[in-house]
Amino acid sequence: MKTKQPIDAFARDLPPEIRESVYVGSKAKYDKRLDSLTQSFAAPDDIRKLAGQIKQHTLENLPEYLGSAIEKLEGNGAKVHYAKTGDDANQIILDIMRSVNATKLIKSKSMVSEEIHLNKFLEKNGCESIESDLGEFIVQLDDDMPSHIVTPIVHKNRKQIANTFEKAGLGDYNDDPQTITRRARSFLRNKYIEAEVGLTGGNFVSAETGRIALVTNEGNARFCISANKTHIALIGIEKVVPRDKDLAVLLNLLARSATGQQLTVYTQFINGPKSEAQPDGPENMHVIFLDNERSNILGSEFKEILRCIRCGACLNVCPIYRQSSGHAYRAVYPGPVGAVLSPLLAGKRYPEYADLPKASSLCGACNEVCPVDIPLPELLLRHRNKAKREGIKKASAGTPSMAGWSVLCSTPAMWKTSLRAGKAMDYISLNLIPVPAVQAWAKERSLPPFRGGKFRKWFKDRQKNK
Amino acid sequence: MLATDRVTGTQVQLMMTCLCDTFFDSVAQATVEVLEHVGCTVEVPEAQTCCGQPAFNSGDWDSTRKVARHTCRTFDSSKPTILPSGSCSHMISHGYDLAFEKEDDLSTAQTFAKSSWELCDFLVNGLGIESWPGRFDAKISLHRSCHTRGTQTYQSAVKLLSSIEGVELIEFDESEQCCGFGGTFSVAYPNTSVSMGKLKIEKLTADKPDIVGAVDMACMMHLSGIANKQGRQFNKLHVSEILMKALRNAK
Ligand code: SF4
Repeated sequence: MKTKQPIDAFARDLPPEIRESVYVGSKAKYDKRLDSLTQSFAAPDDIRKLAGQIKQHTLENLPEYLGSAIEKLEGNGAKVHYAKTGDDANQIILDIMRSVNATKLIKSKSMVSEEIHLNKFLEKNGCESIESDLGEFIVQLDDDMPSHIVTPIVHKNRKQIANTFEKAGLGDYNDDPQTITRRARSFLRNKYIEAEVGLTGGNFVSAETGRIALVTNEGNARFCISANKTHIALIGIEKVVPRDKDLAVLLNLLARSATGQQLTVYTQFINGPKSEAQPDGPENMHVIFLDNERSNILGSEFKEILRCIRCGACLNVCPIYRQSSGHAYRAVYPGPVGAVLSPLLAGKRYPEYADLPKASSLCGACNEVCPVDIPLPELLLRHRNKAKREGIKKASAGTPSMAGWSVLCSTPAMWKTSLRAGKAMDYISLNLIPVPAVQAWAKERSLPPFRGGKFRKWFKDRQKNK
Repeated sequence: MLATDRVTGTQVQLMMTCLCDTFFDSVAQATVEVLEHVGCTVEVPEAQTCCGQPAFNSGDWDSTRKVARHTCRTFDSSKPTILPSGSCSHMISHGYDLAFEKEDDLSTAQTFAKSSWELCDFLVNGLGIESWPGRFDAKISLHRSCHTRGTQTYQSAVKLLSSIEGVELIEFDESEQCCGFGGTFSVAYPNTSVSMGKLKIEKLTADKPDIVGAVDMACMMHLSGIANKQGRQFNKLHVSEILMKALRNAK
């Protein structure tokens, strides 16, 4: 069917096998999430609300908590940087690498590094940057984009992955998952040893101690900072939480919401470079706090989106994401969280992404699963309103104008006339009405018979006869 | 919203909703009959039109407020206003807060919101009705209707329906998933909307229910519109119609 919305067109043209992969993966994660939360907690909803309050409280007092985190980290011997933009962060990373004469970097999974397109930047500057998370590694081999924030290759099946490995010279075609994993492992082991710098993200930073919590399932973040002398942690400023104690709430929710695990396989806490008592580990630790529009978001009507802990649950449950896949969103963050966040991270290029918040039936499933209770549908609505106020055409393409309708609905006499006139609809084929919205409806849907005003008449007669 | 904050009583007004005004008069009728059965006196203010949701979801909040103000003026906030729709009542109880956030008459909208109820929510939480008399022999799969999330509507409907002799509510897969209507979403995203609808129909009818039930006719219009085009109609009823049929069978 014809459509003016790019995400709807993408969904229409999506190869069925990709839709199937995304659907099966999403549903499995959704089901496991529900099981794990209800098995562990008597009132999962209350914990979600508590976690939301913790994050919201932190946001309301962010300068203070961020300041404290920085102070603690510095006290622990880390060097702390603040990057206003993605470009600034990239430059800081390159400068750090140059300062230790490094050209090879190995990194664990970090959405923030995707956000600033770090790999491409380092490559352009003559450095190697290797992804060590298996999914991200495959994305990198394919020169693809992650299509999910937790499971980046949910859109691929193992045949495609086997082809990728063959093309990359990692052995003959073999689509046995164990073989694929083993091949990646032996390739990456060498890369861990060769790399001079290891880069990680950070899921949470405690303002109380500067402790960074890092979760992975493959243990790759540990490897990234085991064989080299320099560790860079690239972290969004919104990742701060007040106390170590708060990590208990948030870590309990993160893995359950993301994959249905009680906890990820590896959970690390790092609060500085190696101490004298430790036999090994990075001697230099740099923590880069990235702003990249976050301060602006904090001061806007969208600030709740900064509570996000990147669990991906809202993607998994979202029926539009399930139909369209992550790539439909043309941005690093897809799904409901992406539909809210990506236009904001685009800064001045907001209008380019103003259609993203349209990718929702406003069903509210995302809010219901969000571990930090972000009112995602409300934020999507705020975006739509902002786009309308700013006259951004891309957002409203395909949506009928409401101006005339609102006059009709606030003028009872007109309303009643139209109830009579509507009867005409029964005698005309809907397919012949040259109104785009009617066409869009009628291609694959009929309308029920028009019965305008029938109830009003029934009710009046009934009152008379009483 | 706390039950104690809300306006209840048996002198009620019906807000039939624009869809029942134009297509589903049987639902508005059944709602009146159900309300009268439990002892309510029902008024139907003539000037009523629509809650304003289509404009709200489209981002046009000026138009929304124009319609919402008309609605607030049309109904008397000192009496309960009952809607046979989970979605429109959600619009009034939550949407108006957002649409009027920065307006001087926010409190007018909120006062009206406190008097508005979805039908099942009103029966159970407004009037304290716990079970429904009569008999209705049917296997029913009840579509949740997304805008009832976070409200008492769905639980209330389940409570009433499952208390009716002969009713068997069947569980179906992916009950949390949306039907794909979403107001103007249905025409702005026609492909995605219809795909979602087809999936929903499959799940709702997997166990061959006698009736597909709903707490909102918008979802129903979309689903049965798709099924119709595919030549695979199913029996559909709004909860008010099921309640009414059960009563008739008792007589
Ligand atoms: S918005 Fe909520 S559900 Fe979505 S990724 Fe963020 S924390 Fe998870």
